[in-house]
Amino acid sequence: MELEFLGVFAIIAGVIGRFWPVWLAMAIVVAASLFYKKRLGLYGQLYDNGVGIAGVLICFFWLFTAIFASTVAPFDPLAQIPIMKDALPGAIVPDGGGVYYFGADKLARDVFSRMVSGSQIVLIIAPAATMFAIMVGATLGLPAGYYGGRVDSILSFLANLVLAFPVILLFYLLVTPGIMETPIPYGLAGVFFLFPIIFFATLFYTRFKNRPDRLYVLLALTIVIGGWVYVGLVFDKDPLGIVHIDPNQLNIFVAVVFASSPGVFRIVRGLVMDIKTRDYIAAAQTRGETPWYIMLWEILPNARGPLIVDACLRIGYTTILLGTLGYFGLGLAPESPDWGTAIKDASRLLRSFIHPALPPTIALMSFVLGLNLLADALREQSMKD
Amino acid sequence: MLAFILRRLGTMLATMVCLTMVVFFMVNLDPNLKKLAISQLDMRTPADQLESWLVKNGYRENFLVRYGQWIGVVKKQPNIDAATGEAKPRFAFCNEPAEPHYGGILQGNFGCSTKFKTTVSAKLWPGLGATGILMFWVMATMVPIALLIGILAGMREGTRLDRTLSVASIATTATPEYVSGVIFTVIFATWLGWLNGSAASATSQGVTFYNFTLPVMTMAVYGIGYIARMTRASMVEVMTQQYIRTARLKGLSFSSVVIKHALRNALIAPFTVIMLQFPWLLTGVVIVETMFRYQGFGFTLVEAAGNNDIDLLLGCSLVSVFVVLFTQLISDIGYAYLNPRIRVQ
Repeated sequence: MELEFLGVFAIIAGVIGRFWPVWLAMAIVVAASLFYKKRLGLYGQLYDNGVGIAGVLICFFWLFTAIFASTVAPFDPLAQIPIMKDALPGAIVPDGGGVYYFGADKLARDVFSRMVSGSQIVLIIAPAATMFAIMVGATLGLPAGYYGGRVDSILSFLANLVLAFPVILLFYLLVTPGIMETPIPYGLAGVFFLFPIIFFATLFYTRFKNRPDRLYVLLALTIVIGGWVYVGLVFDKDPLGIVHIDPNQLNIFVAVVFASSPGVFRIVRGLVMDIKTRDYIAAAQTRGETPWYIMLWEILPNARGPLIVDACLRIGYTTILLGTLGYFGLGLAPESPDWGTAIKDASRLLRSFIHPALPPTIALMSFVLGLNLLADALREQSMKD
Repeated sequence: MLAFILRRLGTMLATMVCLTMVVFFMVNLDPNLKKLAISQLDMRTPADQLESWLVKNGYRENFLVRYGQWIGVVKKQPNIDAATGEAKPRFAFCNEPAEPHYGGILQGNFGCSTKFKTTVSAKLWPGLGATGILMFWVMATMVPIALLIGILAGMREGTRLDRTLSVASIATTATPEYVSGVIFTVIFATWLGWLNGSAASATSQGVTFYNFTLPVMTMAVYGIGYIARMTRASMVEVMTQQYIRTARLKGLSFSSVVIKHALRNALIAPFTVIMLQFPWLLTGVVIVETMFRYQGFGFTLVEAAGNNDIDLLLGCSLVSVFVVLFTQLISDIGYAYLNPRIRVQ
């Protein structure tokens, strides 16, 4: 049975049409941002130069694609329609089943749907892992930079230890099926996921310790929400059954946080050492503020500019790391639609078919590019102030 | 200067011991040992026989004793066959003396590779040599191009040339090896047919332009952007210095100011960055060698990790940790040497 194909123009039009919820959401957000530009601070200033606009648009595109993935993707990313095996782009599924806009891979799955669903995996894991890495790096980097001395030597030695590990070796040791039989990933997760709770508890305690009415509410909220997520993620025993993570996803999550938190540590430590010589820190010390109050409420807010830029770059780098994991088939399930795994599968067959390889590569590249452009524009804007 | 180097060497040694211990621990985790025993015996061997094989071959000894044996500071006992009472090597393809001896890294004995059925040294050093060739060509293309882009962009900050080159270097840092490798293969091998999409023939028949350009290009592109951006930042900073203005006001031409006065000072920072690129290139080596089927160090590492080849993986880890720490040391010493302000202190 011969397959029928759409023309190039029809494919482009069809793909643009499939993305309609994304265009709609982007139009609303961008219009609103332009309208309230003056009141939006640093974010509003991004719309002043071309690089910033390009970065914001690309990031929003992938963000909304991930949010509306189930509407945008015409097929289930795991569904196979045997007749479509290795079909070229624009192939029409017989009996009015729809169109494979970017063709099919060797297991007859829709490449377009897989690319769209893959964005969901990447956009959940990469920013979340980056946030945890920032929490861990900041909570350890603040005292290292502020106190100096022995605390600094020990923490810096540990950070350099992790940084001296080639990333790929770290992944091969930390993300293997065998290691999930041992308590190591759960132990590491238990340590890493504790940091946000410690961070917020200290944050609220130092600020509101003389105002018990606010303090108790905030502390209770932190411990209840943090504890709930903690129990769900580390022990997979969420009483409500909402927070859940597969053991292999927990494993890659932990590995990525482990690999990137020493980098954050170094940046935070350097910033703290720079900022602690300023006059307003001396003023706070003279007022008799506690060290942790100074670190969390005087130093950290003033270090936010470089940290935001670093966060953008780091999400991009984490995306690349996730792709590396997928490319080597570590951690993620073999049929997972994430971009790295898709690139691995397609790159083995480049001699015969190139169409399954291009959508995930271009998706990954454009998302990281968007984040890097955003970081560049943010850096330029924050340097102007 | 000597005290500085000695102190750095001391830290390096401590780091090395810590890291190898961690790697040794991770590689010898129980699930990995079980897999090794299964691969050496039979899929259907009962659990107690697997266990007795592990005990017999010394895998169940104390962790520190085994680590010491691997390093070569604790004596290795010969493997006595219970039936005949004679000493027998643990692996048939790997010689072992019949009396207790020191046989570890310090004696140059890296152990036996269960996957390739030979000694680790016989597999590791040729692989490193092959990777050395790849690294040489990557560095030889990446560094000059990156420095040129960085200098051109930083020479006149804010011009159209600067903005174009900056965006281009951002784009290359957003393209990891597995992405650019696929795109280059599609364009140059599948589509245009100019280059070979596999470097497998480079191992057997030697390196040619036809089979080696794609791997080198793929690895170089990811690094170029980063080095170029660092060079640009350093160049921009130098170009605002007083002595550059003085040189201009003296009436020197722009090109001679850039070449004679600015370049030398602008290249100190990129030197460190280039040295610190090596650990990063290591990941690239693994990806590129897997993608283009080039039998070098990265290929060996993937094979070792994928097949649970304990001694080979330990050897690979040792080499990569050593490369990372050694380049850090070189970059520190080189930075201190190049920068007079630090040298004097």
